[in-house]
Amino acid sequence: MNNLFGLYNPEEGEIFLRGKPCKIDNPSKAIKLGLGMIHQHFMLIDRLTTTENIIVGEEPLKNGLIDMRKAREQVKQISNKYHLTVKTDERIENISVGEQQRVEILKVLYRKAEILIFDEPTAVLTPQEVNNLFTTLRELKAGGKTIIFITHKLEETMKISDRVTVLRKGKVIGTVNTYDTNPKKLARMMVGREVLLNVNKEKGNVGDNVLEVKNLSLAGKHKNLLLKNIDITIRKGEIVGIAGVSGNGQLELEECIAGLRKVTSGKIILDDVDITHASTGIRRKRGLSHIPSDRLKRGLVPSYDLAKNIILGSQNSFTKNGFLQKNDINEYCKKVVEKFDVRCQSLNDTVDNLSGGNQQKLVIGRELSTDPKFILAAQPTRGVDVGAIEFIHKNILEMRKQNKAILLISAELEELLSLADKILVIYEGEIVSKKNNYTKEELGLLMAGKKVSAEEKLETGNSIQND
Amino acid sequence: MIKILKKYEDAIYSLAAILLAFLVGAVLIQLSGFSVIKAYTALFDGAFGSVFNLTQTFMNTIPLIFTGLAVAIGFKSGLFNIGGEGQMYLGAFATAITAIYLGFLPGYILIPLALIMGGFAGSAWGFLPGYLKAKTGAHEVVTTIMMNYIGILATSYLLLKYFKEEGPIPQTVLIPESARLPELIEYSRLTWAIFIAVFVIIIIDIFFKHTKLGYEIQTVGENRSAAEYAGINSNKMMVFSMMISGFVAGLAGSTIVMGVLHRFITNFSPGYGFTGIAVAVLGKNKPWGVFFAAILFGALQTGGITMQLFAKIPMDLMVVIQGLVILFVAAPILIKKLLRK
Repeated sequence: MNNLFGLYNPEEGEIFLRGKPCKIDNPSKAIKLGLGMIHQHFMLIDRLTTTENIIVGEEPLKNGLIDMRKAREQVKQISNKYHLTVKTDERIENISVGEQQRVEILKVLYRKAEILIFDEPTAVLTPQEVNNLFTTLRELKAGGKTIIFITHKLEETMKISDRVTVLRKGKVIGTVNTYDTNPKKLARMMVGREVLLNVNKEKGNVGDNVLEVKNLSLAGKHKNLLLKNIDITIRKGEIVGIAGVSGNGQLELEECIAGLRKVTSGKIILDDVDITHASTGIRRKRGLSHIPSDRLKRGLVPSYDLAKNIILGSQNSFTKNGFLQKNDINEYCKKVVEKFDVRCQSLNDTVDNLSGGNQQKLVIGRELSTDPKFILAAQPTRGVDVGAIEFIHKNILEMRKQNKAILLISAELEELLSLADKILVIYEGEIVSKKNNYTKEELGLLMAGKKVSAEEKLETGNSIQND
Repeated sequence: MIKILKKYEDAIYSLAAILLAFLVGAVLIQLSGFSVIKAYTALFDGAFGSVFNLTQTFMNTIPLIFTGLAVAIGFKSGLFNIGGEGQMYLGAFATAITAIYLGFLPGYILIPLALIMGGFAGSAWGFLPGYLKAKTGAHEVVTTIMMNYIGILATSYLLLKYFKEEGPIPQTVLIPESARLPELIEYSRLTWAIFIAVFVIIIIDIFFKHTKLGYEIQTVGENRSAAEYAGINSNKMMVFSMMISGFVAGLAGSTIVMGVLHRFITNFSPGYGFTGIAVAVLGKNKPWGVFFAAILFGALQTGGITMQLFAKIPMDLMVVIQGLVILFVAAPILIKKLLRK
């Protein structure tokens, strides 16, 4: 897609727009041709207001100065037309993720885009916000816009699209009409074989407490609490899930448990040892494994080769007299790569050449191969294809079978519902609910910060069905 | 084929940058009203034309190898050590004082000892900015620049106050014969220092390729978040790398004192510490890359003097070429485009 938007240049082939071949070699040309892209990671400037963000680069001028009044009017006009409500003078840092996405959409509409490209737009939204987004998309469609919607979620494809094109390893596998297909067929196209969409939940032998988080709090820069009195207990052979819309304290919780952030108060106990103030290195020695939510920032060194990435975190066990043992490393890495099906040409390839799915399998393979006691799995399937998801889920369940304790932090409701034995819902840094069984709607509401009462449940249950 | 090309990609780009710099330099020389052929012949002759010239080139190359390596080592942990100049002065000073006051020791003890003392002094000067960075987040560029002034002026002060030789020149007495590095060629200034430089290159190369500490330092430089995630103490690694970097920069000063000047003199350096930055950039922060880049810069320095003396072309044009080399190395996209066409 970056090709289409002019961020990359194609080696070969042509792009046809309205029947005419055209060369798009940079984004501004793409914009001129009526293309607009809504990126997965928003391209907004936090300190500026919504209006400023929308007009940036194409500011209406008056005597050489920005005509803010006109800008605001134009923004309001577009937002009314498509029912995209935003506060025109609020700073980006103060608005919700859903609203930020609306600003992104307004940004491309302001540039008179006719073709809108959405890259994984639902990854950061609550189920309710997803429904709102879909309403918007339908309105845009009714307004004559063309929409390209990139997603790896089958359900969304079925819900919103008219036609689906399946890509696998950079190749078009096929294009089908949505009404002619079903999730199972699509999954087969995506992976190239039958996929089990639902995993079998086989209970592990739940045993002693492995990780205990007691009354953990974390204060932010302005003394505001990012985490409030968090209590979590995970036992041997148990998967505990943390559900929540991203940005509600999951990252902070992950970093506190991994020792990457100092906690303000409370205790973390791993295998009966207080590790609240222990360094990450010591925690790892004591049996922590960590699948980080941001694999490129935390989990990998993209410029390193596979081998160097696989020993990351366990480099001590491959060292003799201060020297790294090349042969031991290669042997070990071969095993990990094979077992976890990381597709690569050689161990000396740099990992930035791997696909997202293979990068993630590498991280997971590395973390699960060290015989950990406790696995901190944060967003383990973020941004990977169905095939890899299936594989990752299988491995996580295998770990439970081996009586590991697992904390699964995820924004994917299906993932939590199918893997976790117990789910805690985090909202604004607080655990707001803790149960063994939820419906999807219930989880969605809790994640959005609503206390679920009987009436409300009924009401929203209906509205979702109507959708 | 492509694999081989990829392996030497950096070297190819650096060579292309050098060529391009000489081409643009030629245009500038022509525009300034000089003969390009005369200029470049004089330059080449001056740098490599005779055994003596060659020894002069290497004399200029050796400190650049050390200071270039120092910058490269800092880069490995993601730090920009601009403090090579100050670290070098500290090294030179410590070496001179050691050699003078322990002059009674035999050479085989005194030479290594004086070298190591120089390294340690440089190391201490590198430690401070590293420590400040780790503890307070003070940016190393700012602190190392400041440490340069302090280093250069503090050694001057100490010299004038306590160690100055009688007479008008601000310098120490000569270090004893036993502390001087033997000459490779008689009456030249090319000494065993070249072996020390190559030895250090080999050590640093092995250190980063094969040791755990080297791996951990590089991981911090490549992706600090990932290093911390893996349980590596990134602050400690940054301090380490600044200390190693300072040690190597200190050796630049040590070898100048022991091989060339045979004493400490104030303001002895024509900016080796700063040229080391350019050397590291051209050498792509690789130990052997630094070696070849240092030879180029050493040759430009030596050849430039000949060019000025015999072809009457101002030395400044050499500085312009040095600048152009860095400009083209730092702008790889430009080179890539040119190579593709």
